Amino acid sequence: MLTALDKRLLEEVADLHGEPPGAFNIRKDGKGVERRSLEGIEIKPKTDQPGIDVIVAPGKEGTVHIPVIMTETDLSDLVYNKIDIGRESDITLVAGCGIHNPGSGKAQHDGVHEIIVRRGARLIYTEKHFGEGEDGGKRVLNPKTVLVIEEGGYAELELVQIRGVDQTTRVTEVEVKAGGRLVMYERLLTDKEQTADSDVLVKLMAEESTARIVSRSVAQGSSKQSFNPRLLAYGPGRGHVECDSIIMGQATVRSVPEIWAKNAAAELVHEAAIGKIAGEQLIKLMTLGLTEKDAEEAIISGFLR
Amino acid sequence: MLSLENINLELEVEERRVPILHDINLQLEAGKMYALTGPNGSGKSSVARVAMGIYKQTAGKVIYNGEEISDWSISERARRGIGYAFQHPPRFKGMLVKDMLELAMKYADSANCQVLRDIGLCPDDYIERALDNSLSGGEIKRIEIATLLAQDPKVRIFDEPEAGIDLWSFEQLIDVIGSSHREDATTVIISHQEKILNMVDEIVLIKDGTVSMRGDRKTIWPQIKESAECSCRNDCRLEGEIYADCPR
Repeated sequence: MLTALDKRLLEEVADLHGEPPGAFNIRKDGKGVERRSLEGIEIKPKTDQPGIDVIVAPGKEGTVHIPVIMTETDLSDLVYNKIDIGRESDITLVAGCGIHNPGSGKAQHDGVHEIIVRRGARLIYTEKHFGEGEDGGKRVLNPKTVLVIEEGGYAELELVQIRGVDQTTRVTEVEVKAGGRLVMYERLLTDKEQTADSDVLVKLMAEESTARIVSRSVAQGSSKQSFNPRLLAYGPGRGHVECDSIIMGQATVRSVPEIWAKNAAAELVHEAAIGKIAGEQLIKLMTLGLTEKDAEEAIISGFLR
Repeated sequence: MLSLENINLELEVEERRVPILHDINLQLEAGKMYALTGPNGSGKSSVARVAMGIYKQTAGKVIYNGEEISDWSISERARRGIGYAFQHPPRFKGMLVKDMLELAMKYADSANCQVLRDIGLCPDDYIERALDNSLSGGEIKRIEIATLLAQDPKVRIFDEPEAGIDLWSFEQLIDVIGSSHREDATTVIISHQEKILNMVDEIVLIKDGTVSMRGDRKTIWPQIKESAECSCRNDCRLEGEIYADCPR
């Protein structure tokens, strides 16, 4: 039975209002609490380690929600999920983790997602992370996503960390085969003493494989961020990495994008920028009647859209 | 409606105080359209920025509807009906055209959703566009003007609205600024453009940081003709029409 707090966390990370449409698995405080499979979308718990297998049959369309919520302090949860998107299927998958830490102990979730997007399949994958607490206990989230996009497949990853996560180490590894396409949006906001490290490694394996990586972040307070997106082309693929950060207060941001072509026909581009909010941007919005604080928020929310 | 009284302005440039405006006196009445003109660097935009509260004058007063507003913030002036379309509008990553128009209409008395069409941009094509480098200089400038039209303030200040805009759009721009001018509003256009100088009730010539002359077109035009027109202009005329894309 989900409490009002559980429902609010689910709304925050998975945009869920009531029972999810389609197949779903809700994990709370280290245990699966509700689950529904559908014909062609099977969700089953692993027997040898914590986590689930999501198996989508070829040609299937639908949505899958697999959010995680944590409501206890002094809790560490490690989960391995395997997601298999069958050939020519079209799936929207919403993952994500919301932590409400009621005490002063640490609440940590480490999630490993192994995803395969089979030939000609299409996956829209959203993962939102959110933390809050009452008594100063740390909220830690360490997601690892390992994705393989087979020939002609398409995957769009939207990886978002909303407010309140004290520490995160994010690892994303993607292998894009011939004719496969990856679009990845990463959006991160840190404040106070929070830290965020994101390592992304995308390998373009063969001809017509493409990747577009857009990372946008806002670092406030005394927070620290570090980005290391790497794009490797083994074949004649095309890729673009864009890292863009707004830095505020006493925060620090380190951005080290890397592009590495191992084939003469590869085309790779990277752009990286770190800067504060421009004074003219604030003034423009203030001339519309916004206070300086509201103008700052409007700029940040547009930037992290 | 809006008066600047004995305005002096100094700005800090590379750790040096640089005088920008001296003893500016300007009374702008409701229902009238004004053009501020003058050479580059004469202080026209600085006058607008003092009126908007972006620059704080070193001496003098800004009076709005009989009340001194020198200490009002930019936001307060905007909410009370003063608006300013930038000469060089900033770009915003991620923020959409519709976000900007919605923000502009948040504190407005009336909502005007037709503004994009009015300035010659198809709303369907532009409303979801980001206000970033994907827009050309002319597009961003037109959206800036649309934003001021959406805001629809009592005092409308357009800073070189024609800059970067192609000739066809320029005609449309003049029409829309003229037709949206209301009897209870004051329109101020900073411009060198002859056609804009022709449409206003009064021209104010700013030179060396002060008001050097004001009057109607007949009085002022002969004084500024030299600097407003370029020597190549005749080369750009074909059967009386200007055919080159001229920023002046």
